[in-house]
Amino acid sequence: MITHQLTIREAHRLLKAKQLSSVELTKACLERIQKVEPKVHALVTVTDELALSQAEKADQLIAQGDVHPLTGIPVVIKDNMCTKGVRTTCSSKMLENFVPPYDATVVEKLNNCGAVIIGKSNMDEFAMGSSTEHSAFFTTQNPWDLSRVPGGSSGGSAVAVAADEAIHALGSDTGGSIRQPAGFCSVTGLKPTYGRVSRYGLVAFASSLDQIGPLTKDVTDCAIVLNAIAGYDNKDSTSVPYPVPDYTQCLTTDLSGLTIGVPKEYFVEGMQAEVEKALRAAINKLKQLGAGVEWEVSLPHTRYALAAYYIIAPSEASANLARYDGVKYGFSYQDVDSMWEAMEKTRQFGFGDEVKRRIMLGTYALSAGYYDAYYLKAQKVRTLIRREFDQAFEKYDALVTPTSPTVPFKIGEKMDDPLQMYLSDVCTLPINIAGLPAISIPAGFGDGLPIGMQLIGKPFAEETILKIAYAYEQATEWHKRRPEI
Amino acid sequence: MKLSREEVLHIARLARLGLTDAEIDRLREQLSDILENFEVLQQVDTTNVPPTTQSIPLQNVTRGDEVADSLPQSQVLANAPRKDGEYFRVRAVLE
Repeated sequence: MITHQLTIREAHRLLKAKQLSSVELTKACLERIQKVEPKVHALVTVTDELALSQAEKADQLIAQGDVHPLTGIPVVIKDNMCTKGVRTTCSSKMLENFVPPYDATVVEKLNNCGAVIIGKSNMDEFAMGSSTEHSAFFTTQNPWDLSRVPGGSSGGSAVAVAADEAIHALGSDTGGSIRQPAGFCSVTGLKPTYGRVSRYGLVAFASSLDQIGPLTKDVTDCAIVLNAIAGYDNKDSTSVPYPVPDYTQCLTTDLSGLTIGVPKEYFVEGMQAEVEKALRAAINKLKQLGAGVEWEVSLPHTRYALAAYYIIAPSEASANLARYDGVKYGFSYQDVDSMWEAMEKTRQFGFGDEVKRRIMLGTYALSAGYYDAYYLKAQKVRTLIRREFDQAFEKYDALVTPTSPTVPFKIGEKMDDPLQMYLSDVCTLPINIAGLPAISIPAGFGDGLPIGMQLIGKPFAEETILKIAYAYEQATEWHKRRPEI
Repeated sequence: MKLSREEVLHIARLARLGLTDAEIDRLREQLSDILENFEVLQQVDTTNVPPTTQSIPLQNVTRGDEVADSLPQSQVLANAPRKDGEYFRVRAVLE
């Protein structure tokens, strides 16, 4: 047994049986961080002191017999979720020294389970990006090939899990930021239905699209974490007051009775042959497991999703990021007297290129004379995209697509071409537009590089996609492969 | 059609975003490219289609008007770049 490689379920069993202490587990992860972090650069902050004190407390809880499945389990939190007393940077110069006075609801929930927070993970600045190269601090490397990107924006969280720096991680997903890096790093990543998990304390990017979710080593762990973080929160008026089922109860391996649709628009243009091949094999496997598969589903508005997304998300971002004025918190340019100049310089030096680009794009789309043609038009197209999904879900229990049209690309490859970078999310962002749940799981490799399969469910039907993902995972070995670093 | 320098500067001013000359030139190119790509939306017939602002069936979420604790002032001010006693310090608004 290699301690840092344990899953949540395995570690929990050992902790409960007193065959392993949380302090031992935490130290194993911290040692692993020391060893691999110089190669992968997944973490902005390693919270070793906090982690060890939380681990000691967890061991006391366990000694008293008070054990939640996440008690004593080391977790990495994406650095856009507030952690009280621990700096939360969003990988931006703007928040480089920001220390939140409160915990995000998801962090509070993990803490209430006796979790061990071991670090804060690197990301594209303010979650805007698909490669983690837009971090203001450093680029994170893909553990499967250090010359390639881990995906983004939750690249640090995905790498922390793939490289066994932590047992699991939280990420956030606005257009694919959990699923695309999960696919690129061969881990499991779930974006829950919009409203399933509280966004309180998540630094806002695009408020109608953002959602927090787990990145884990397998589907069982994903269900365990979702159990802990899902549910209504009176601090987030968009969280939905539906009951939270026990998501581990749906994990069975017989898919008979389920019908899965394959939307053909997700298998076109620019898709790499090895991705398509892996996906077709994976879908045939779902069929073998008893699912009915319909290959010729059509969602014709898919081709408009990218444009709609890159109007809606930057528009919301331009409004959300108006708060960074250098007055209340964050970076503040001091060497001028005029209020406006101070604000403009604060934002000029505090934000990186991609954030500026999106603020400009969003401001343009919302500005007088362009609002109807861009923002309003995009919102109407959003309605059509959602309707199309609703209609598909009258016939199918879930939809299956690749997570991304390519395997992980080279570091630097798309940095000079924003549109090419945006295309990396083409399979994931329609799901945020519609507010649906979707999971990415390992579905093969092309030349040693990970390929992800995305399963999309009806609103609040996380159980269905977890079940399909679990059945596939149990019938395959992809999730057990580990990068050699 | 490429955005003019004046258009970029107008948007930057609306966003209160300072830009260098090099950034202005780059944004003229990149924003024009991206916006051109968005023209594809004009092909979609959206007659009588209502806009969607968010994807969940919740409206007018309210809560009881109950007194609760808020953060202590010292913590709220802890991250302030400039403060003066119990206030955020700002530059003169009226010149």
